[in-house]
Amino acid sequence: MTAILKNSPWALNVALLIALVIVALLSGLFGQVTLSPGQFWAALIGDGPEDQQGLSIIVRELRLPRIIIGILAGATLGYTGAALQGLLRNPLADPGVIGVSASAGLGAVIAIYMGLAAASAFAIPLTAMAGALAATLILMTLAARDSSVLTLILAGIGISSLATAGISLVMNFAPSPMSLQDMVLWMLGSLENRTFDDLLLAGPFILLGWVVMIGVGQGLSALSLGSDTAHSLGINVKVLRWRVVLGTALSVGATVSVCGTVGFVGLVVPHFVRAFIGYEPRALLLPSALAGAVLMTLADIITRLPFGHGQLRLGVVMAIIGAPLFIHIIFKTRESMR
Amino acid sequence: MNALSVEGLSVVLGGNNILSDVSFELPRGKVVGLIGPNGAGKSTAIKTVLGLVARQAGSAKIGDRDIDAVEPRQRARQMAYVPQGAPVHWPLTAERTVALGRVPHLNPWQALGEEDEAVIRDAMEKTDCWTFRNRLVTTLSGGERAWVLLARTLAVGADFILADEPIAALDPMHQLQVMDILKAEAKGGTGVLVVMHDLGLAMRYCDSLVLLHGTQVLACGTPEDVLTDKNLKTAFGVEVSRWHDGSTNFMTPTRVVG
Repeated sequence: MTAILKNSPWALNVALLIALVIVALLSGLFGQVTLSPGQFWAALIGDGPEDQQGLSIIVRELRLPRIIIGILAGATLGYTGAALQGLLRNPLADPGVIGVSASAGLGAVIAIYMGLAAASAFAIPLTAMAGALAATLILMTLAARDSSVLTLILAGIGISSLATAGISLVMNFAPSPMSLQDMVLWMLGSLENRTFDDLLLAGPFILLGWVVMIGVGQGLSALSLGSDTAHSLGINVKVLRWRVVLGTALSVGATVSVCGTVGFVGLVVPHFVRAFIGYEPRALLLPSALAGAVLMTLADIITRLPFGHGQLRLGVVMAIIGAPLFIHIIFKTRESMR
Repeated sequence: MNALSVEGLSVVLGGNNILSDVSFELPRGKVVGLIGPNGAGKSTAIKTVLGLVARQAGSAKIGDRDIDAVEPRQRARQMAYVPQGAPVHWPLTAERTVALGRVPHLNPWQALGEEDEAVIRDAMEKTDCWTFRNRLVTTLSGGERAWVLLARTLAVGADFILADEPIAALDPMHQLQVMDILKAEAKGGTGVLVVMHDLGLAMRYCDSLVLLHGTQVLACGTPEDVLTDKNLKTAFGVEVSRWHDGSTNFMTPTRVVG
């Protein structure tokens, strides 16, 4: 099996697509009400008996948007992770690196702090995207004159630190234990109770970010030989850099706004894909998006498994899967990278 | 056949004059050596021609067409570049690395075609690296890596090759082989501009030389005209010994002078 997937991006893409369909279906079946595939289908197309109208609401208005948002978010985090690693030529890069995730997080906790979240369902998504946008604008200003890789990373670290400090400050002055709890839960990340309204608000920005980044693969591969050589191969490196950064800001900002901060997807997924098809940045993009969607959906299913009291959060599940794997990957790739 | 011509090139970086009024010509079918002491602006000259460094004055043209007016992808098909100490940031296979030379010929969506594969194989056979095409570049020796990067440059199939110190870190055998390959490319109709520090090899392999000194062109012409005792003393501050073996002229620096 692995022999077939090795070195063949298309075999890997097809396998990941099949895996995605399977986990998405499973995600539709599991929850507080567990359904059979037949019940799920009947509820989805809505021709079940009268007494099953409740199931139809669960499937169509709760599980379906949750599955779609999970797929969009996972694909975004996987794709942008692979794209940023290609751009920065650094296997440890991730959407968090350029400060977008943390800044979107800051926007969200401010909305909770000011009570906006209680006033409108759209408050958190809007402030989180505003945070992501602010981070991008600061990044663009800092890196306008010298947009080297180092400047980009340092600017990202600066912006992340600033946003994290802001989050701590807001939490410090949380008006009530309730709102502090809200902030913490949101920071832990979740796909719970997401509706089509959330999808309609975040979806267009996610897709817009994808469109901005479409076709960057060739340039990212050329960058393997350094930016001077990439330029000599006809690649406009400056445009390439901004397309990846702006596309990441849009799509990740929107993703964080709708499912909280979920880490490690953008770090872990490209490493997983490299094990099959090697290091060429262009070949990694699509499989990383698919694998990110699979991983996110899988992690979301795990949050619904019964574990004693309370609910597991998506960000926590991802961190528990991701962090040890990440350390393992560092050990494994240390030799081949040096 | 069109030549690559540089006229009156001036470059200022961070308030310092790097190049002042530099002119030279690179005809197709010839190897032109760009020589000069460290800091004379050799790399900057190449980067300016490629559009990597902005120029204050002067022009760089292919035929009678200014390079700035050429669309980047087309420019990339006309001029291939070997940067100094060329990095490879990911553990790609040798073949995938060489394949990147085909980027100027493909749109962002296009995969390699049969013709591209043939060019890649040809470039790798010319440089003797086809046999280790599946090895990762990060596991290759310095010499093997130089082959792969040279093959990557040849795979562009450009009219001109601009090579910045391609033999600086290589052992004598690899130095001669790289120069032989560049010479063969020139025989095939390519114009080769090569930055080098080995004056003896420059004399033997280059059809003409451009000697940079203190931001300007000190001398330009055949190796015999350029590598005079006077010029070498002015530019490098060295004296040289010269000898002949049959019809081949040799030269090596022997002493630092005033």
